[in-house]
Amino acid sequence: MDDLDSRAAQALADIEKADTLEALEALRVGLLGKSGIVTAALKTLGALAPDERKARGAEVNKVKDRLADALAARKRVLEQAELDRRLASERLDISLPGRDGGRGGIHPITRALERIASIFARLGYQRADGPEIEDDWHNFEALNFPPHHPARAMHDTFYIADEGSGGRRLLRTHTSPVQIRAMAGRQPPIRIIAPGKVYRSDSDQTHSPMFHQVEGLLVDETSSFADLKGTLAEFVRAFFERDFEMRFRPSYFPFTEPSAEVDIRWETEDGQSRWLEVLGCGMVHPNVLKNCGIDPERYTGFAFGLGVERFAMLRYGVSDLRAFFENDLRFLKQFA
Amino acid sequence: MKFSENWLRELVEIRADRAALAHALTMAGLEVEELTPLGDGLAGVVVAEIVGAEKHPQADRLQVCKVNAGQGEPLQIVCGAPNARVGIKVPLAKIGAELPGGISIKAAKLRGVESSGMLCSAKELGIDTDASGLLELPADAPVGQPLADYLGLPDASIELKLTPNRPDCLGLFGLAHDVAALFGSTVKLPVQATVPVTGPSRRGIRLEAGKDAPRYLGRIVEGIDPAARTPLWLAERLRRAGLRPISAVVDVTNYVMLELGQPLHAFDNDTLEGDIVVRHARVGELLKLLDGSEAKLDEGFVLIADEHKALAVAGVMGGYDSRVTDVTRNVFLESAHFAPAAIMGRARKLGLHTDASHRFERGVDPELPSRALERATELLLAIAGGHAGPVLVAESPADLPLPVPVALRRTRLKRVLGVDVADAEVGRIFTALGMRVEETADGWRITAPSSRFDIEREEDLIEEVARIFGYDNIPTATPAGALTLAIEPEARIGELALREQLAARDYYEAVNLSFVAADLLASWGFTERLVHLANPLSADLAVMRPSLLPGLIEALRHNRARQQERVRLFELARVFGAGDPPVETPSLAIVACGSALAEQWGEPSRELDFHDLKGDLDTLVAWGGEPQRWSVHADGLPGWLHPGRGARVARDGVTVGYLGALHPQLARALDLGADVHVLELALEPLLVRRLPQARAVPRFPAVRRDIAVDLPESVSWSQIEQTVRRTLGEGLKELRLFDRYSGKGVEAGRKSLAMGLILQDASRTLTDDDADRCVREAIAALEQSCKAKLRG
Repeated sequence: MDDLDSRAAQALADIEKADTLEALEALRVGLLGKSGIVTAALKTLGALAPDERKARGAEVNKVKDRLADALAARKRVLEQAELDRRLASERLDISLPGRDGGRGGIHPITRALERIASIFARLGYQRADGPEIEDDWHNFEALNFPPHHPARAMHDTFYIADEGSGGRRLLRTHTSPVQIRAMAGRQPPIRIIAPGKVYRSDSDQTHSPMFHQVEGLLVDETSSFADLKGTLAEFVRAFFERDFEMRFRPSYFPFTEPSAEVDIRWETEDGQSRWLEVLGCGMVHPNVLKNCGIDPERYTGFAFGLGVERFAMLRYGVSDLRAFFENDLRFLKQFA
Repeated sequence: MKFSENWLRELVEIRADRAALAHALTMAGLEVEELTPLGDGLAGVVVAEIVGAEKHPQADRLQVCKVNAGQGEPLQIVCGAPNARVGIKVPLAKIGAELPGGISIKAAKLRGVESSGMLCSAKELGIDTDASGLLELPADAPVGQPLADYLGLPDASIELKLTPNRPDCLGLFGLAHDVAALFGSTVKLPVQATVPVTGPSRRGIRLEAGKDAPRYLGRIVEGIDPAARTPLWLAERLRRAGLRPISAVVDVTNYVMLELGQPLHAFDNDTLEGDIVVRHARVGELLKLLDGSEAKLDEGFVLIADEHKALAVAGVMGGYDSRVTDVTRNVFLESAHFAPAAIMGRARKLGLHTDASHRFERGVDPELPSRALERATELLLAIAGGHAGPVLVAESPADLPLPVPVALRRTRLKRVLGVDVADAEVGRIFTALGMRVEETADGWRITAPSSRFDIEREEDLIEEVARIFGYDNIPTATPAGALTLAIEPEARIGELALREQLAARDYYEAVNLSFVAADLLASWGFTERLVHLANPLSADLAVMRPSLLPGLIEALRHNRARQQERVRLFELARVFGAGDPPVETPSLAIVACGSALAEQWGEPSRELDFHDLKGDLDTLVAWGGEPQRWSVHADGLPGWLHPGRGARVARDGVTVGYLGALHPQLARALDLGADVHVLELALEPLLVRRLPQARAVPRFPAVRRDIAVDLPESVSWSQIEQTVRRTLGEGLKELRLFDRYSGKGVEAGRKSLAMGLILQDASRTLTDDDADRCVREAIAALEQSCKAKLRG
């Protein structure tokens, strides 16, 4: 018995001194394992008298528990120490840049165009589209531009060299022909938005021969010029996220009447402000409705068109139109 | 339309300053495009006469002038203007004057000679751009009078950007009517002149062009003084309207055109033979025009001719041979009405745009010719003398446009504008615009003056009400109409989502022009089914692109030339092919060069290769949820791809695009200086997405077995994959290639592939025996059809 006690005392001292988990495990096996001293002591119990066996058994189990507790406690200490060591060795330079998967970006014109389309989508306008190579009917005649009308001269038109069966084709000069395509064979209520590329034979610092427009059209039984004003005022506010002084100015488009141009009061960097034209719009001309099989007595509608580049320039502070089409990464990366 | 503000104010009372006038015009749809103040800061500038001029003793280019400014002794002024000479009247800026350009006039010594003032050019005075010499004033200019008083300054040149529906405002007469309506005032137009007939000469006029030319008035004025000078006030008005004074006859016709809006033409009467004939031109008929060009005409043109020859293209330009010259003494004045439809597009067809065609194709008041002719005669006689013959009139009343009343319903007005305009206000607006107003049960019946070509229907009247009532006075409202819910198909990927996906894969979106140069396309081998423009801006922008790649590669090159080694761009746009109608195909293209990953410390650097772009393709395809419908093929490649590093992409067996390395020869021809990989696909197939249909998750675990085989280089992965799949069927959930090796340890011409077979059964847990059997079968099949050897 004293033997077990003394060996236990020695074992407890050894446990305290064990400085690796491996050493501790070796101790555990020597003490509690199959051929360990505690197991050996337990094996001797069978030879004892029953009452002695009980008392002795209790003592051995106490020693066993003490040793097990000591082993567990030491194990925790050693594990903690090892974890501390590991953590100390695993220190990273977190300031190193992250592994770069790169980051591309969408073009500012797309960005502005999608923002415009999504604002109108929330107002129930569906996206519509039409061809970029148009025929004269959709681009001009159906929109109430008679042949040779001076209003056509305001559209510097690109023509396609080969004449097709539908007569001379052209590159659409505005997104308005989509109105005709959207209305043909359909009855109101109609709310559409038609973004896309358009072409004019004009190229200088402020004109690109290809640019982007968004056309909007609403036709129903109640729409009025007041609704048009309200819709566009809301749109401009939503796009720029601020209020503007705004004015509607009488203008002329063959396919709308009354027609208006919309100016906003824009503050320039030098603290000045000036009127800036941002939209053209008007009430859909009865001839256009008729051309599309819609009864102008029963339905009224309004249409508007805007230049996406102009909105992108204002929104993102782009001062040179040509930057949009140069595709210089140093420019494009600013919109990522 | 450009005009002098003072002139307009003479014709209509405007109770507003210049800024308020400009604002009111703009807000009435007569947009002020430019407003140039003239003659501000002319205090201290007077009319003076040069009474002596001697060469400056110290300077060749200067003269010492004696100038009479109307007070006391002549002033001594040193002047460098080439036209300074004795006897002319010129503006003198006296000491103390502050000129518009910021010059203050002080007593000075110029090269040692005292000078007390400055003789001025028009530019120095801020009244014109002419800086070539001193502004020479008429001989009768009163010496000593303040120049501003003499020239009717200050004034402003106002330029309107008129819309094509308002030709009535292409003359001050019509403009004054609109302004009167805006300000609620009245016009103060000069009384129509009737010039006494003192000359006998007449000439017959025959109308043979029907409704294209229904009214033609003419008059012969004989014995004018060809040297007569246009008076200053008239010249100044022309100048402020942007026209140069030329000669008395031309200036008078221009003046009347500006004042009334009626274009006139003057012929040298001595060049005319017999009657004037207004007829259609014959096909191929030639006429030398005033500008010296030769017009080749057809029956679409109305011609002014005499009995032997063509004289002028009606409403466009006069002929060279019958023009008024500096010796013309007898003129034939023409004042006619031509129908807009007869003039529209005609000048353009001749490559011309004239003040006359601009007005006639938009519409000139058919009632103006007589008034304009009288006015022109009155001015011409006053300036150049002569005797006016009788007014010669030819007209075809049946062919003249008739004023047609147009009905306006009160309810329609309110419905279209969304606002109630009081009846009285509606009446006032139309009356002020010179329209005849009759009240009807449900609104009004309006008859527009003959000057208004834009009043044909109810909407035209609604527009007039809105314009004068003021767009600003119409409230804003929210559309209340019925709304149909738009259904967005879920089985479709949005273009924006696709763009964002590409951006997330480290590509920047580019936007290129849709037109490219034919020779650039030729270097790519695109020569067929091209859509050419008839009127390109330049040869570089002459063909609608049949592929996005040539333009996108140009953008890549642009960036490489600007220190960008790694360029990754994409574009979504349409490509075009010839057809009837032409074919437009929305497409996606990608171009990339440089390292596969952005330069960084954490990953080894590696050049981008084919399989990087293939990975992009796989991701895009996987997104649609049906990768099994897609395949790539090594055959059928276009010439611009590297024949061994390119692939044709098909969906359901139909070719939808290509990817791969650009052909080295093309890369060299385009001077790219790098390996460039490209991808171009028709967009539509990429946007199709499978609508998910859920199935039960497998209840039994999967087993993985890895094998490594050694096989000839020529065996493609897709052959291997097909072999294994065919052999194992449904039980093979996935075949994962995780290593590919050739080189040391592998026989030359062969490669080693290591792959994981993921096996799973829907009805039970697979045993080791099951898995081993599968592996054996797979290997056997590979040995048989792919010449594979199992590696140890």
